[in-house]
Amino acid sequence: MFGWEFPPHNSGGLGVACQGLVQALADENSEVIFVLPRKISVEDARAQFRFAEGVELKVCSIDTLLAPYLTAGDYRLKVASHDDLYAADIFGEVRRYARAASKIALEESFDIIHAHDWLSFCAGVAAKETSGKPLVLHMHLPAVDQALGGYADPRVFAVEKDAMQKADAIIAISNRMRDVLIEKYDVYPDKIHVVHNGVAPDETAHLSPLAIKRDPRTRVALYLGRLTGHKGPDIFLHAAKIVAARNPHARFIVAGSGEMLPRLIDQAVYYGIADRVFFTGFVRGDEKNRLYKTADVFVMPSIAEPFGLVALEAASAGTPVIVSKQSGASEVMRHALSVDFWDVEEMANKICSIFSHAPLRQAMAREAGKEVKISTWKKAAQKCLNIYNAYIKQPRHTTA
Amino acid sequence: MLSVCIYLQVHQPYRVRKYRVFDIGESSDYFSADDESNLNNKRVLQKVAGKAYRPANAILLELLHRHPEFRASFSFSGVVLEQMEQYDQETLNSFRELVETGRVEILSETYHHSLAFFYDRAEFERQVTQHRALIERLFGVTPKIFRNTELAYTNELAHWAERAGYNGILAEGWDHVLGWRSPTFLYQPKGTSRIKALLKHYRLSDDIAFRFSNRDWHGWPLSADTFANWVHAHHGDGNTVNLFMDYETFGEHQWEDTGIFEFLRHLPQAILAHPETGFKTPSEVLNAYTAIGEFDVPHILTWADTERDLSAWTGNDMQRSAIEDVYALGAAVLKSGDEDLIEDWRKLQTSDHFYYMCTKWSSDGDVHAYFNPYETPYDAYISYRNALEDVRLRAERAGTHSKPYMARLVGGLSD
Repeated sequence: MFGWEFPPHNSGGLGVACQGLVQALADENSEVIFVLPRKISVEDARAQFRFAEGVELKVCSIDTLLAPYLTAGDYRLKVASHDDLYAADIFGEVRRYARAASKIALEESFDIIHAHDWLSFCAGVAAKETSGKPLVLHMHLPAVDQALGGYADPRVFAVEKDAMQKADAIIAISNRMRDVLIEKYDVYPDKIHVVHNGVAPDETAHLSPLAIKRDPRTRVALYLGRLTGHKGPDIFLHAAKIVAARNPHARFIVAGSGEMLPRLIDQAVYYGIADRVFFTGFVRGDEKNRLYKTADVFVMPSIAEPFGLVALEAASAGTPVIVSKQSGASEVMRHALSVDFWDVEEMANKICSIFSHAPLRQAMAREAGKEVKISTWKKAAQKCLNIYNAYIKQPRHTTA
Repeated sequence: MLSVCIYLQVHQPYRVRKYRVFDIGESSDYFSADDESNLNNKRVLQKVAGKAYRPANAILLELLHRHPEFRASFSFSGVVLEQMEQYDQETLNSFRELVETGRVEILSETYHHSLAFFYDRAEFERQVTQHRALIERLFGVTPKIFRNTELAYTNELAHWAERAGYNGILAEGWDHVLGWRSPTFLYQPKGTSRIKALLKHYRLSDDIAFRFSNRDWHGWPLSADTFANWVHAHHGDGNTVNLFMDYETFGEHQWEDTGIFEFLRHLPQAILAHPETGFKTPSEVLNAYTAIGEFDVPHILTWADTERDLSAWTGNDMQRSAIEDVYALGAAVLKSGDEDLIEDWRKLQTSDHFYYMCTKWSSDGDVHAYFNPYETPYDAYISYRNALEDVRLRAERAGTHSKPYMARLVGGLSD
């Protein structure tokens, strides 16, 4: 499996998803060889898992500057401060990564290859070409979604499209994404399998809300995600402005880091709500969970969101959730409110209603909490295993 | 002699439009969605009338003409009749034609299809009176049999109906209440002496209302002859087979292509094929038979879901808080004397509003989702809550306006 770094080293949902899936696969007694960019030590990665006796996770690492969600521009900035071990542009580096992957594929013994997101797709294809084993690509954020309806980086798009043609199967994390892959990438529909992300069990019971909730009249709306265009943090602030005008006890938390932060701070000041909006920066672990505990409502206003794992995490922590209809999470959450990302007034209406009515908060928290309990990584892993089994042509020990 | 007694419920609520927090205090047109959604009451009424009411009425009229023995009964909510008067006079006239045959009885209920009996007895009585006046005005008849919203029944309700002068009352023929006894007889509600209870034969009723188009059901496809055989099997162990169901069964819940209209068209003929079998209206059943035992229902019994209770309407906190709060506003709303406000408040008592907020997603959940014009129960709650808040503000405003007036009046008198 070509994946990405886990919490606490992750920079977003992709790492969380890799961790959840690998752990669940191990729990299903599957042996996983996990290949990841060298940034954290192998021991550190292994330490993230509990293993049943006899189950093996082998971690291999490749020295690279690649990281999830990296764009060509980001890479150029990053490589400038390094020596010439790494390729000069991100596409060169992806090819270098693929050559290293092909070497690993020669040395290791395995039945199937599973690669997460485009930066590792070339590695997956190289491993397939070297080993002749079937390739499953797991699409988390296609370039066309990252581009927000604007122009997707054509070079990234080409890599994705080429890899999907060469792959045996493709996993999409929502029905919505499945449609995108068929429409924009011309992928043959039968090749695509939808596996919704899971969510780890709630581990927030021991945590207390932040001090801003000490006044029982205070109501808190939470945004948590990268501060980047397609996630819609600016939409959240726009709704916040409307809510703030109606509810003097409303407070807003914007959690996450990203290139939009300066703009968002300006926006809060411009709206006259700077004293009621709290920016936390990137959060993880207990800090993140305390935010869920503090919030009366979690809002995911994404313009495009293949899945949106944080919405499930929030529901799992007992926080009522509003998701945009443009998110994959809305497919699996019947007990969340959904709203079109552009309908800011409606978003504000829903936030106000949740703030005002305890029975609504309680019913949503209880029902959605029940619902996400069955959205487990175990279920996702079982679906992956079914897909593997359908494509593994011969049992492992008879291939020789 | 075995009778078949048909009662058909006709009801459409005034659904609350997407009424947002910004609308509170700004506009009070809660029921006026004019979009393509299923919250557009005019659109829904016309759709259901075209798909179900009018074609089914045409068949019933034809049956009444062809079979002098044929009988049926209807219960209309006041709010559906009001909408027909407003949006679809033609359909209302086709119902009148049926009643004019003298062989179609109309039952009594609350004007607003509410659960007021369990929350505000005086308000409940006002709505029953309002309903009776409407039925007298539109159909020229006075109902003698009472049926409560969702068939919600208790001993206390039967007791009330007896004192109010009704001859009969309808209830669910639920096994847990009847035990080994059959719903095919009349029963004496506990604590009453004169009024009789007619009990729904839920198995045979649901064969038509719920299972008719279910291809996984052993009875599918159901012919009128087969169904008549099931009815005839009660010869010797009962007096009356009470088929109670929503009228929307014919054409709306069961679509035309399921064959439901053909089934209806052939049913009387098939029933009458067996000698000693006929049709009766509820009042005729009461005149023909006597009660064979006591019917004791201390807790609320309804015709809904597997629980046969009110949990589809008041099962979660949202529902309970909404229904309690609408009744809590009663005193202030009535005191305002503002008739539009009072009427809006009453339309917000219609049971459907609370049904839309139901979060039971079990085996019954699919049924709930099918009938829910809102995306989620939470959306239903939000629009309802906002509308209720506007009602509260209007009542409050009326209260503060009327005070100086009253003060002037009192001051004037004391001078």
